[in-house]
Amino acid sequence: MGKLARMLTATRGRGRMDWTDWASYLYLALGTLLMLGPVLWLGLSSLKSPSGLIEFPPTLLPQEQVRVSVPNYPNPLPLYRITRGDHAGQSLAEVRKIGLQATMVDPAAPDTLIRVPVDDRSKVMRFHAAWGNYTDLLQKFDFGRYLWNSVFITTVATLLTLLLNSMAAFALSKYKFAGREPVFLLMLATLMIPPTIILVPNYLIAAVLGLTDNPWGVIWPAVATPTGVFLLRQYMLTLPDDLLEAARMDNASEWRIYWRIVLPLSKPALAVLAIFSVMWRWNEFLWPMVVLGRNEAFTLPLALNSFQGELTTQWNYLLAMTVVTLVPITVIFALLQRHITQGIASAGVK
Amino acid sequence: MLADLPLRITLAAAALAALGGMTSQAEAADIRIACYSDGNECPATKVLAERFMRDNADIHITIDEMPYKQILESVPVQLAAGNGPDIARISDFGQVAPYQLDLTPYLADAAYWQTAYGPVLDWMRTGPDDHGIYGLMTQLTVSAPIVDKTLFDQAGVPIPTKGATWDDWAAAAAKVAKATKTPFGMAWDRSGARFSGPAISEGAKFFYSAGHPPVVDDGFKAMAAKFVKWNQDDTIDKDVWVSTGGGYRDAFEEFANGKIAVYLSGSWQLARLQKQIGDGFDWVVGDAPCGPGGCTGMPGGAGFVAFKGTKSPKEVARFLDYLASEPVYAEWMVMTSNLPANLDLQKKKLDYKLSPAGIAAMNQFQANAATLTPLAYKLQGSPLSRPMFNATVDRISQAITGQITLDQAYERITSDVADAAAAKNKK
Amino acid sequence: MIGTAVGHGWGRLYAALMNLPERPMRWAQGHLPDGRLGWLFVGPNLAIFAVFTFLPILIDFYYAGTGGTNLLPTERPWVGTENFSSLLACKDYLDPNSCVRDQFWYAIWNTSEFVVLQVALMLFFSLATALVLNRKILGRGFFRAAFFYPVLLSPVVVALIWKWVLQRDGVLNAAMVGAGMQPVEWLLSARSAFGWTVFVSIWAHMGFYTLILLAGLQAIPADIYEAAAMDAAPPWRVFRRITLPLLMPSVLVVLVLGLIRAVQIFDEVYVLTGGGPGSATTYLVEFIYNTGFSAQVRQYGLAAAASLLLAGVLLVLTLIQLRGMRPTKGDPRG
Repeated sequence: MGKLARMLTATRGRGRMDWTDWASYLYLALGTLLMLGPVLWLGLSSLKSPSGLIEFPPTLLPQEQVRVSVPNYPNPLPLYRITRGDHAGQSLAEVRKIGLQATMVDPAAPDTLIRVPVDDRSKVMRFHAAWGNYTDLLQKFDFGRYLWNSVFITTVATLLTLLLNSMAAFALSKYKFAGREPVFLLMLATLMIPPTIILVPNYLIAAVLGLTDNPWGVIWPAVATPTGVFLLRQYMLTLPDDLLEAARMDNASEWRIYWRIVLPLSKPALAVLAIFSVMWRWNEFLWPMVVLGRNEAFTLPLALNSFQGELTTQWNYLLAMTVVTLVPITVIFALLQRHITQGIASAGVK
Repeated sequence: MLADLPLRITLAAAALAALGGMTSQAEAADIRIACYSDGNECPATKVLAERFMRDNADIHITIDEMPYKQILESVPVQLAAGNGPDIARISDFGQVAPYQLDLTPYLADAAYWQTAYGPVLDWMRTGPDDHGIYGLMTQLTVSAPIVDKTLFDQAGVPIPTKGATWDDWAAAAAKVAKATKTPFGMAWDRSGARFSGPAISEGAKFFYSAGHPPVVDDGFKAMAAKFVKWNQDDTIDKDVWVSTGGGYRDAFEEFANGKIAVYLSGSWQLARLQKQIGDGFDWVVGDAPCGPGGCTGMPGGAGFVAFKGTKSPKEVARFLDYLASEPVYAEWMVMTSNLPANLDLQKKKLDYKLSPAGIAAMNQFQANAATLTPLAYKLQGSPLSRPMFNATVDRISQAITGQITLDQAYERITSDVADAAAAKNKK
Repeated sequence: MIGTAVGHGWGRLYAALMNLPERPMRWAQGHLPDGRLGWLFVGPNLAIFAVFTFLPILIDFYYAGTGGTNLLPTERPWVGTENFSSLLACKDYLDPNSCVRDQFWYAIWNTSEFVVLQVALMLFFSLATALVLNRKILGRGFFRAAFFYPVLLSPVVVALIWKWVLQRDGVLNAAMVGAGMQPVEWLLSARSAFGWTVFVSIWAHMGFYTLILLAGLQAIPADIYEAAAMDAAPPWRVFRRITLPLLMPSVLVVLVLGLIRAVQIFDEVYVLTGGGPGSATTYLVEFIYNTGFSAQVRQYGLAAAASLLLAGVLLVLTLIQLRGMRPTKGDPRG
């Protein structure tokens, strides 16, 4: 218990929190609010119905205006509470609204129509999460297909990235051959090349190879990542050569050495690369936008962008789509957070 | 082992037969149509396509629905690379002109097409010497002001009638906005085509000689100056033209949410108007505002264009022939609540399945279509119209934000168009 | 029972796959000198590089020297340096309006301003956050993760989140109204939209650089600080004389990676503002994209020329990095 107390109060060394500690916590708290707040707001907003979304100022929790069934009227009518004038305090249902005047009716006395100025009313709201935004996605917008495309591309590309990059890194770290340095430097040099430069020619090449409009057009150009080769090579350099020598003396083929010895030992670096690759492929935008023309081949970010153009104001669906796009990454992050941050840290230090 | 042979051979033969069966099925002509909907054009086409496929089992048609922006941006690139669709619903014909297929040799009755669709066939042609038939217009659209009648009634302002000028309209809209505390009097779609109608009314001539790129003349400048002024004094919702997300943007949602009294858009919005506004407020279509150049909007529309890269030109022609026939076309127009591009049908009254308000609107649109000036048709069909429209939008919105002056905007529009013309003409 | 059978099946499949390259590999080992085996392993990766990175660059050079609107290089007329000269033709380089390609020069000035502002602010905030996180903070892992989270989000998602917040009827304006102020059209005025693109891009990437700086800070041995504490050195001097110099390698990494990324800013801005209002937030990559892909008349040659100019700038920036890294090569910690 004492240890816990000491840990909880471990501060700048004086046993008490001084102003720098308070300032630090305040800064971190504000920072966290700024970082996570908008995302949470997105999530909350995605549960609102279209009418709830038009509300200004927006409510924190998803709310919807109460609708009541009134005899004589086929559809349920929105309910308002009257705040001023003759009918103050009553709850009336709106039949129609024309400009500044509303025609309303008391549900208890549906035969009399009452005219109320719109300023004298306030809506009666209740909590309601519009899960329909999400279920509609799968039915109306073929969202499952985009999800599948993203998953397929991400998984296959990551597997290929791991395989090809580790093979290259193995060669560059464990073999001495003329051209080793130039090849490595050349690969690094490609880091300097912004993807936009090679956008048009790449599209041409992809078209010639028949890779447009299919996921392989996104996968193949992306798997030979210089960052991956760099990362793995740095790691493999630290693997002791005598292990390999011993295996060679036992007459193991080079492939077996690679597959059975080097790869398993490189697991930490492979894990970091895998996470990076998943992140890159899942979020990739510009290149897929250029190479995937057909709607069915779209990945999630592309679908999101194209619907942003179409449904300029069907924000309820747009928001729900956005949430669905970011949930998988969030889950992976929550589970593997420590590996990711450690991986980047170590890469940065190098 | 030997005894196995007959079994193995039989199995192999069966497999080959199955494969063979599959390949012969795959020989059905496969037609892909890239389509975008203003309202429900793609689903309606799908219904007609399914009917067509029932009577023509050797043709298989797939309709890829996608956003307008995507067709604008990716189909031309796909076509250039040689793997585009067989047909696409295109509104910017200039972009795909190099790849379009002349259907004349494949059509059952090309003469019918010439008589029924004559004026609009020109829109897909590349010049006065081109007499090919490249596709079928999926509708004729006309731009017109759409008015929130309820707001006008509440403000006690009469809706400007036939013969009113743009100044009259702007003044009326501003008055209504003020009286009803609506944020803005007018909104115009962010589109050079939308701007051109009023420009022509104001006296813009655009063309001074055949083949010459459109120019910025006094009529154009007069309208531009007014437009910028109205944006800057909040008569017009600045957000639409200046807004983020460069490219086409419409102001429909603002209108539907009662934030605008007069909305300059067009007949393609009818389905949306019916569906989204319902009886939220009363809306009507107004007559085209007038000016020294006439009382005109702009015609337009998208068409199904056939492409050279198709492997089944005959089948493509058969499907388009089917759609172009009078009864089917009429049904298509009714399904999509669109004005027909077919001259014969334009003289008839189509039985639109719309509410009384909708039918009144369609009649008004038809009346507006009758006041379109020949210059408007010519502008729409000119190969340089798109660069002109895009330059207009880009530069005028820069002028609205004050990034450049109006005079600089005029110079830039001219040089942008000249630049596009030069690039196009490079051989 | 079935489980083991399936597991057995997978195991056999896996072993079969793994053994696939065995025989060709042994053949290669027998026939190639030792070092050459390296080529076998690096081959596939190199092949993909060659096809999708080097080849396009060569093609790009060709594109930059051609005109016309055709995609296929064989159909494009050669124009020599015309694209470059038209891009660089300006009466007054400080006034984009005087240039032939005014959109290009707007993009250049916008990008320059963006890069300077964004990198400086990002470095400042990343450093500040790293310093704070380096202290004995309860829940450090949580805070670190919170700052890093936006880095994981797709740029489209990032842009949409902020578009939603910054809308005319969005939550930010709601807060303004609640505080008694007028709502503001955040993305409709040039300076404001520009400022927000800087903010959003910092928001989305800061966590990554914070981690790098944090690692750098944590790599500084604690005894150095203890020595300073014993000399009763004031915290500001400790920072300036000890922390900062030892942190330099990490700061340089952040600086140059940040610069390279800032110059290439596109995805978030494209979705957030589309380059508007007017051309206030049109940056270089968006200019290239518009010229080559979304203009009515696609000028691939011009786009290629502009991108080569961009590559030149990046090359200079990266060389600066290599220069800046060199003195620290002898650092035992590096």
